[in-house]
Amino acid sequence: MADTNTTTQVEVKERKPLFGKRERKLITDPLNDNNPITVQVLGICSALAITTQVSPAVVMTLAVIFVMGFSSLFTSLLRHSIPKQVRMIVMLIIIAFLVTVVELSLKAINYPIYQELSVFIGLIITNCIIMGRLEAFAMADKPWPSFIDGVGNAMGYGAILIIVAFFRELFGSGSLMGWDIIGPGAQFAINTEAHWWLEWYMPNNLMVLSASALFVIGVLIWVHRAWNRDLVDVS
Amino acid sequence: MHSTGYVVKFILMVSIVVALVLASMATLLKPIHDRNEAIANKRSILNAVGHHLEQPVRSLTDDEVLEIFENQIDQYVVDVEGNVLSKEEVQERGYSGGMAEHINIGRERRKPESERLLPVFVFNSPTDQFFIVAVHGSGLWDDIWAHIALEDDFNTIAGVAFGHAAETPGLGAEITDDPMFSEQFRGTKLFNEEGEFKSVTVVKGRARDEYHEVDGVTGATVTNDGVTNMFRRGLRNYFAYFEKLQTQ
Repeated sequence: MADTNTTTQVEVKERKPLFGKRERKLITDPLNDNNPITVQVLGICSALAITTQVSPAVVMTLAVIFVMGFSSLFTSLLRHSIPKQVRMIVMLIIIAFLVTVVELSLKAINYPIYQELSVFIGLIITNCIIMGRLEAFAMADKPWPSFIDGVGNAMGYGAILIIVAFFRELFGSGSLMGWDIIGPGAQFAINTEAHWWLEWYMPNNLMVLSASALFVIGVLIWVHRAWNRDLVDVS
Repeated sequence: MHSTGYVVKFILMVSIVVALVLASMATLLKPIHDRNEAIANKRSILNAVGHHLEQPVRSLTDDEVLEIFENQIDQYVVDVEGNVLSKEEVQERGYSGGMAEHINIGRERRKPESERLLPVFVFNSPTDQFFIVAVHGSGLWDDIWAHIALEDDFNTIAGVAFGHAAETPGLGAEITDDPMFSEQFRGTKLFNEEGEFKSVTVVKGRARDEYHEVDGVTGATVTNDGVTNMFRRGLRNYFAYFEKLQTQ
């Protein structure tokens, strides 16, 4: 009797939708109400460093999604056996492990991008958002929601990263994804005669410097709060 | 609270598992990594003579890179006295491949000058011959390097391809990311009219001497100076070889 009881219970659990209300909230929350960068103001260090161009920011986002999703999953799977005294070290081992996996794979799959990003991939280890989610969520929740939470937060982080990179590359180098769009070298316009109206712009070098990322993030936080009034009293 | 014994055991287990997975992954992917590195190096060499190729190096596939390398490039290893070393001599010095493309310039730079192995790549276009040499130096965070293509007067630079390990994106990394930077080196000269070695200096602000100065990357003074020093020190090593070629 006891046996059949437990199996039916497990079956009931499995029938729960993979993306229930809670899971959906875990994904959307970090994109808006609980964004790691604009609301929690975490992960600023890497948001300064890799947002000079859009394409590295996109690759970085993908790498962080992978590392965060799986580090949350592994931490959650191990959460009952991780000794509390050394949990930070165990988390670091897991994060460093996944980051090295990303590094080794990228080096084999796309060498040019690996060369472009090599330093920053290593820096994912120091991304405080990952550590924060492991400590706050994965240590206390089941593997699947933890995975979702990790991916959601990585997406919230990545979204801001790409937005900041968009503005910095456009106004700092006059290009997007490496294509020159505005400024003296513009070659994106289909009619090469007609892009005089794009050429007046001189790329602003300040946008390439790290400090400008703080300005852009500051403006983003302002815009975010103006748009989402609920956030105004949060901090 | 777990006991100390449990903590030690747990950490050991995790470390061993992680180490095993990573070690096997690194070993399995090593051949692919080596191939990618070799191709990236060849691309950089071809980039130095990019203007004399039929299509830009960027748009070449890996196989095309290997093919051009096979058909149009001769490679030699020379020493500071200008002697060409045989394949066996190079193998004795620790490069099992024995060819110029296998030389690790970063490692060679740390040896005393008299022991250095210097790679030379000769690119034969239908009309001209270019001598591509490799130099290595220090940027702000880590090493920088370059392949410099010289015309057959051993004075005029026909093209430069830069590389770096860890310069800041948007600043120092512009030496590779901004094609306009390396473009400026085309047509600059190593020697002045009196025949003295003047090299090419990366300057702040506007370059005035069209043969010996180029504009630096804004906000990357250390990297700019690194490039200047790399050219000064690295090119010097090849002079004996150039002289031998010219007198022949």
